Amino acid sequence: MSEIPAELRYASSHEWAKNDDGTVTVGITAHAQDAMGDLVYVELPEVGQVVAAGDEAGVVESVKAASDIYAPVSGEIVAINEALEDEPELVNNAPYEGGWLFKIAMSEESDLDNLLTADQYQAQIESE
Amino acid sequence: MVDFGGWDMPINYGSQIEEHHAVRQKAGVFDVSHMTVVEVAGSGARDYLRHLLANDVDRVAPGRALYSGMLNDRGGVIDDLIVYKRDNDYRLVVNCATRETDLAWMEQHAGGFAVDIRERADLAMLAIQGPEARDITAGLLDGARAEAVQALKVFGFAEDGEWMIARTGYTGEDGVEIMLPGADAVALWNQLLAAGVAPTGLGARDTLRLEAGMNLYGNDMDDSITPWEANMGWTLVLNDRDFIGRQPLLNQQENGHAELVGLVLEGKGVLRAHQKVLMPNGEEGEITSGTFSPTLGKSIALARLPAGATGKVDVEIRNKRQPAQVVKAPFVRNGQAVYKAI
Repeated sequence: MSEIPAELRYASSHEWAKNDDGTVTVGITAHAQDAMGDLVYVELPEVGQVVAAGDEAGVVESVKAASDIYAPVSGEIVAINEALEDEPELVNNAPYEGGWLFKIAMSEESDLDNLLTADQYQAQIESE
Repeated sequence: MVDFGGWDMPINYGSQIEEHHAVRQKAGVFDVSHMTVVEVAGSGARDYLRHLLANDVDRVAPGRALYSGMLNDRGGVIDDLIVYKRDNDYRLVVNCATRETDLAWMEQHAGGFAVDIRERADLAMLAIQGPEARDITAGLLDGARAEAVQALKVFGFAEDGEWMIARTGYTGEDGVEIMLPGADAVALWNQLLAAGVAPTGLGARDTLRLEAGMNLYGNDMDDSITPWEANMGWTLVLNDRDFIGRQPLLNQQENGHAELVGLVLEGKGVLRAHQKVLMPNGEEGEITSGTFSPTLGKSIALARLPAGATGKVDVEIRNKRQPAQVVKAPFVRNGQAVYKAI
C-alpha cells in the first residue's frame, strides 16, 4: 500500500497539497508515481502564472505515458522545483519531499475544503 | 500486469529503466512465450514460403534464420516474422496480436502447395539478451546446448531435442532466443534469475527495440503500410519469383513513397506515437513510435515522413513546436550510440 500522509489534502486527480500559512506545496502522490513508473520528464508552470483550481499546471511523463498535473487550489505560482529538470526521478524516489512540483500562493482558502482527506483519498484509490 | 493478446504480461517487474540498463550492461531475460510458433512442412514448403513471404527463404542455408514481411495483395504488411530454415521444414515465429489473421492467411494461400501448417502452442520461448547473456546462459547448460549458445553465429540456430537455440533478439544486444517445452522454460527461467539475469518486462522490451531501430507491428507498420514505407526495403527480394504483394512494391519503387526514419528530440518533452511532424517545406509526417531513451538520456522516435526528409524538423508536442533531428536508425547497438544525422 502506498504511503498517504494524514496531514496532507488530496485531489481526485492524484495531486497532494500541503498548506503552510497560505502557501500550498503541490506534488503527486506515491500511488500516482507508482502507477506511472519511472518519470523521465517534468514540465512545470512558470513562476508568476495565475491558476484556478482544476487548471492544467504541468505535465509529468514516464517512459510509458504523459499525465497532466492540475492545480489543486487557485492562486499564483510562487516557486517551482527546478531540480526536477535534471532529476525527474526525485518524484519517484521522494514524492512527498524532494519530488514536490510547485508552490501556490493560495487566493481562496476555501479551495482546501474541496480536496480529499487522507482517508477519503485512500478510499478512492481502493475503489479504482 | 496487462492483457496482451490474451496473455497476462508484466510491463515491468520493478523499475522499467533498471531492466533496460540491465540488458544494455549485463543480461536480462524476457518471457516471450506469447509469440506464435508455426511449423511449415511438406514437399511444397519451400515453394509455398517463396510465394507467401517478401523475403526469399532461398537466401539462407539450413541452420539460419531470416526476417521477413508477410504481405497482402496491396503490398501491406500483414505481419513481420522470423523464419528458421531447418533441413526438411521451416519454423516461423509470428506476432501474438496478429495470430489469428496470420494463421487464416497462411491457410488461405496454402491451396495448391503440398504443405502441412501446424501451430506449436506447446512451446515456450525465453529471450536472454545483453553483453553477458550468452556466457551466463552457456554456464547453466550442458553439452550440445552450451556449445550452441557459445558457437552460434548471428542469426544462426541449433536444435537439441525439443530445444531450439537461436542467436537472435529484439534489443540490439547480443544474446539468444530459446524455444523449449513449457516445463523446461520454468526451470531455465529460475536458473537464469539465480545467476543474476534480470527479469525484464514489456516496457523495457519496447524501449530496447526502439533504441535498436526495430519496428513494432501495429505501431510502425500495419496492413496499410508497405515494407518500403517501414524501413524494411532490405528484406525485399524482388527477383522474378511471384510472391504476394510483389507488383504493388514494384510500382511504389518506381513512383516513390514515404519513409520511416529516426528522430532525436532537441527540444523539451517526450516524443510519442501519433505526434505530428512538421517539415521545413510545409509537408507533414507522423511519429509511429516514440519514447525516452534510457541509454541516450534523450527522447527518440521512429517517424513516417515524406521521401527524402533530412535535417531539422519540428514535432508538435502539446500544441508547441519542438525541434528534432532526422537520423538514420538504429540509435543504439551493443550499448553504444550509433545513430547518424541525415
